[in-house]
Amino acid sequence: MTGVAIVGIGMHPFGRFEDKTVTEMGVEAVRAALGDAGDPEFQAAFCGTAYSGVAAGHKVLGALGRTGTPIVDVEAGCASGGAALMLAAGAIRAGQYDCALVFGIEKMPKGIIRSSFFEPWREEAGLAATPAYFALRAQRLMRESGVTKDLLAQVVVKNRRQGVHNPDAMFRAEVTADEVLASRLVCEPLHLWMLCSPNEGAAAVVLRAAPARDGGGPGVTLVAATLRSHLPGSALHEGTPLSGLADDADIPAPTTLAATAAYEEAGLGPADLDVVECQDTDAARELLSYEELGLCPQGESGEWIAEGVTALGGRLPVNPSGGLLSKGEPLGASALGQVVELTRQLRGGAGPRQVDGARTALGHTVGRGANASVVLLQR
Amino acid sequence: MPGVRPVHEGLFTPEHLIGGRCDACRRHHFPAATTCPYCGSTAVTEVALSDTGTLWAWTAVTAPPPGYRGEVPFGFGVVELPEGLRVITRLGESDLSRLSFGQAMKLDIAPLHEEDDGTAVVTYSFVPLECA
Repeated sequence: MTGVAIVGIGMHPFGRFEDKTVTEMGVEAVRAALGDAGDPEFQAAFCGTAYSGVAAGHKVLGALGRTGTPIVDVEAGCASGGAALMLAAGAIRAGQYDCALVFGIEKMPKGIIRSSFFEPWREEAGLAATPAYFALRAQRLMRESGVTKDLLAQVVVKNRRQGVHNPDAMFRAEVTADEVLASRLVCEPLHLWMLCSPNEGAAAVVLRAAPARDGGGPGVTLVAATLRSHLPGSALHEGTPLSGLADDADIPAPTTLAATAAYEEAGLGPADLDVVECQDTDAARELLSYEELGLCPQGESGEWIAEGVTALGGRLPVNPSGGLLSKGEPLGASALGQVVELTRQLRGGAGPRQVDGARTALGHTVGRGANASVVLLQR
Repeated sequence: MPGVRPVHEGLFTPEHLIGGRCDACRRHHFPAATTCPYCGSTAVTEVALSDTGTLWAWTAVTAPPPGYRGEVPFGFGVVELPEGLRVITRLGESDLSRLSFGQAMKLDIAPLHEEDDGTAVVTYSFVPLECA
């Protein structure tokens, strides 16, 4: 079977850029990725975005004079970029294209994300309070996994420390646990600094058909890209239903569904991973991701952060880029921002935040829908 | 006389939440639907759900979420009903020190906000049983 190589990466930093349009940010990221790949001809383009309106990908490629191919705009909430990557990789594996461009763009409004996902009555009833759902998940994680508020603050301390070295991040200053716990309480147990900031940015990758993986090549290979939706049942999954079942113990989370499929597709398991970028929409979400991705056993994510397992220099560094807590979250671009970071890590070009000798990497996003995506990369 | 308007039709009566019970898989759901969200069967019967349950998760919303015109802070949480259902709900208590895991809760149809003509918009909510 045909393998898929990542031959180019490009980023527009994540942050706030009052004077730039989402199209302009996309142009910068795509131009950088195509340049990195040696300016190849691509036969299709896939653009992940949730808030950019009609034909957003066309506007970016139109501005670059690179239209004519199929351009597919993909919305899958926080996993939009992962969904675009899955479609492109699948088409290359199937022999439909030799080279495909995948990019994600976003320019988010400030504050709590207003989503057409919620019916107007649900907004009127106060039931569209997105951070409150995060808080309920955090409270259950604290009860079930021995996580304390101080450990939630430690997740922020870790990611912000790592983000200091990432020029593409929005926040580049270290914080202390005391400062995190002194920031405004949004929804107990979550304080403002434990929540990522919706923001703006773009990321792009160029994929190319490659001989099936032989383990010895110098480049970076995309060995799995999966997308899964939720199964019904859990009251607190990212599909934000109005009810769920009390007996939900055997219902896997969408993240677990996507991860299981990705491990199977690549013939890899959590023990093979050297570096991970995971969804840290809020501090508890990162810890939950450790458990749902199978990085640590159920109930042990608190111990992992307490023992520094996932800090740079630890056994399995998570979010060396600083994560969404440092970068902010431009929905459509966030999954591909992870792929750009992980490709830099596997190429050995991540500078002060380099994970030494990284060979196998996992990227993970989960959000509205529910949509969860998992990407596995190897060099 | 200004009237009272439920925030949405078909969610609740003054006495109980309106749910559905699937005759195929026997599971309950809320809000009532014509198709069971768990097994896809259309053999669904509308039922009155229990008006009491136990508290499973809670927090307080401190800033008005998009589209909300009522007061903050307000309580927000999950109440587990005897039918085996966990319901996402507004809580009538936002002082978190007065809430605990497994606490007995009772349904309360509570005011959300008032419209310009004086109509009171009400929604479903749960309050600690001892306060009900």
